Amino acid sequence: MSTLTTTRTEPTGARALAKRLSLHLDTLPTAAAVAIFIGMIVYGEAAYGRIVQFNTLSNLLINNAHLIILAVGLTFVILTGGIDLSVGAVIAFSSVAGVMLMNAGWNPWLAVLLMVLIGTAFGAASGVLVQHFHVQPFIATLAMMFLGRGLASILSTVPERLADDSPVRSLGAQIKVYDGPKVNDVVLTPGVIIAAVVVVAAFFVLHRTRMGRTVYAIGGSEQSAALMGLPVAATKMWVYIISGTLSGLAAVVYTARLGSAQNITGIGWELDAIAATVIGGTLLTGGAGFVLGSVVGALVLGLMNVLITRDGGIPPEATTIITGGILLVFVLLQRAVLARRRE
Amino acid sequence: MTATRPVVEMSAITVDYSGVRVLDDVDLTLYAGEVHALMGENGAGKSTLIGALTGTVPILSGEVRIEGEERMPAGVARSRAEGIATVFQETHLSPHLTVAENVMIGNEVRGPFGIDWKANRAHAAEVLARLGLDDLDPRSPLSALSPAVKQLVAVARALVVEPRVLILDEPTSSLDAAEVRTLLRVVRGLRDHGVAVLFVSHFIEQVFEVADRMTVLRGGRFVGEFLADELDRAELISKMIGEDIEALKALRSERLAHHYSASGEPTLRASELGRRGTLDPTDIELSRGEIVGFAGLNGSGRSELARLMGGAERADSGEIWMDGARVQLRSPGAALRRRVALSTENLRDEGIIRGLTARENIVLALQAMRGWSRPLSGGERAGLIETYLDALHLSPDDIDRPVEELSGGTQQKVLLARLLATRPHVLILDEPTRGIDIGAKLDIQRRVARLAGEGVAVVFISSQLEEVVRLSDRIVVLKDREKIGELSNGPGVTVDTIVEMIAADLDGAIEE
Repeated sequence: MSTLTTTRTEPTGARALAKRLSLHLDTLPTAAAVAIFIGMIVYGEAAYGRIVQFNTLSNLLINNAHLIILAVGLTFVILTGGIDLSVGAVIAFSSVAGVMLMNAGWNPWLAVLLMVLIGTAFGAASGVLVQHFHVQPFIATLAMMFLGRGLASILSTVPERLADDSPVRSLGAQIKVYDGPKVNDVVLTPGVIIAAVVVVAAFFVLHRTRMGRTVYAIGGSEQSAALMGLPVAATKMWVYIISGTLSGLAAVVYTARLGSAQNITGIGWELDAIAATVIGGTLLTGGAGFVLGSVVGALVLGLMNVLITRDGGIPPEATTIITGGILLVFVLLQRAVLARRRE
Repeated sequence: MTATRPVVEMSAITVDYSGVRVLDDVDLTLYAGEVHALMGENGAGKSTLIGALTGTVPILSGEVRIEGEERMPAGVARSRAEGIATVFQETHLSPHLTVAENVMIGNEVRGPFGIDWKANRAHAAEVLARLGLDDLDPRSPLSALSPAVKQLVAVARALVVEPRVLILDEPTSSLDAAEVRTLLRVVRGLRDHGVAVLFVSHFIEQVFEVADRMTVLRGGRFVGEFLADELDRAELISKMIGEDIEALKALRSERLAHHYSASGEPTLRASELGRRGTLDPTDIELSRGEIVGFAGLNGSGRSELARLMGGAERADSGEIWMDGARVQLRSPGAALRRRVALSTENLRDEGIIRGLTARENIVLALQAMRGWSRPLSGGERAGLIETYLDALHLSPDDIDRPVEELSGGTQQKVLLARLLATRPHVLILDEPTRGIDIGAKLDIQRRVARLAGEGVAVVFISSQLEEVVRLSDRIVVLKDREKIGELSNGPGVTVDTIVEMIAADLDGAIEE
């Protein structure tokens, strides 16, 4: 029997560096998001002050916990190459329904459970449309978005207030973790903790379970994933269910903090969450990205709002233009990375 | 090596693809500890049979037994779980994941904290080493690899499940000689460990090197099962091509008897026809009733010359005369109005119109030539379709189905019918027989011969030189974007004559 001898070549110098870079090309957009986040903090501190301090950063987390949860859900969907436009409308329906039921005398925790399950149901419906009826994810979740918004409007068109003594409000209650000077405290809410748990769980699922790896493989090439013998159909159902369930959870967190719900809540939040995911380095075509990147993306968007408020000179209407600009920069960066990879 | 026990028995498998029978009553038996080659031409049904075994193609009727137990294949995942691993023709891997992940995905080593990446990489490296890839970093992204290494990674992926049955569909087409040797060594090693290997390859030498047993398919039918030792190469080839070889021989002698000699004004004459970077200025003449073959390798300029003559591309030098009058063929439409019809080699994108039925496709060119203001009457259409159904052996069932659902051969016939409907004086056919079954090839070649008999000047291009030799009255040989000579076809001309001509020109070029 003939033996094949392969000559082993050790990469040296520049080649080794190029190799290391090519190994980590996928992380580049996420690293860029972290760099921008730090850059914004430094700029904010230099220009306006009072950014790098406990209460500002605590508030950043508290005010964006719901967005982080949404972005995590969308990361799953976008990694498979899909999209979920329904999350904002799901929040509206779920929160209006939840608050009305609580006010009607339901057990508040039962209502909270129902709020989450409403999200699950919407996600499952999107998943069935996409997987079993072969509807484009864009169209399927657009239909769910109109359905959710419509149902919320049927229930009520005025703000539904949550009673001040409702136990659900405790989810939004501020917990002083570290007592700083004056009001400069480290503050958390159960909502922030929920968001953190969601992020850790999502990280585990995506990087340490077969289901998570299948999510990536589907995004790389759905046909290949199927021919590799991976459970494509079940996994695609799961990502929409996860995204829907997390929108329900985000509705709970947001409602608990705000103390009221309205049918127009969450308009455009799906786009914020998509933007956060893309800024965080997830490819819109699927297959590459990190859930921690999406968290950074959500914080970039949140911090941008803080800086615009602090500046005072920038009209709030310009927020969307700046979001769009940042998004564009990141999409171009991703194209550049993909182009490098092809050559 | 004695046949032990059958691991896989497929009997009387029949498969339909949208109404077209692609596998008809096919048997396949795989034995443990044997390499079994599945042989057949393009379109013989090899990939379909593999799909039927792995459950990616639904079986209409027939029986599959694995280790004697009857079961219906239910997809790649189930097959893998039962120990049937497949390496598909195109490497199906995930470009964004690393090598280790691609090898292990679906079979990851898991610890208490989920997937244990370190153990996975180690396992992947071990399997890769068996394929001679011990210096491949399991952490490198798949997209950074060459097609050959990707192919080997796909094989490694199949080995991870320690399969009882390993299916390799054209695993060597992108590999170089050393990689092929490694792969064949691994295949033999697996066989010696009792794995049943199904090996599909176009490379007959490799098949004879590694296979113990062969099953030959032809046109979706089972030809026979043979022991490799009892079959020589010539026999195998004739079994793959089949009895139609007799019909082809008959066609050849018929063409030789016809032996055309040109007289009078040529139907089409081009002088110094060329386009910078595509084709050097070339002279060519086509006469009534003559078949001119263009022979040459891919990129020799044979398709380019055809496109210039058919108006698909604009010449930047030279002139074209038709029946003595100078003409400008600026577009395929202009050419068509001069009765020059071109069928390009790119059937799918430049030939048929997907979404329309075969009938609509056939009527299209004639209608375009007439202009939209004078629609064809229903009677005219029916007559037209009637003519070509017969002439090209088109099935009446196919005629009202979307053309993309038809087999390659039928699509090519539809395209030919469309061009014939315009009653061309010059018909240029670029690779009309590529990738179609032998029956359709025969139909098309017969039809082309008949057309010449009816006075059409035909250009016939095929990378199958035998076809060119069989049909042509005259053969134009091209090389490196240049016409290097012309042969008058006769009994003394064979494929070798043309090959020698091309090779001789190469020697000349080297000596210069």
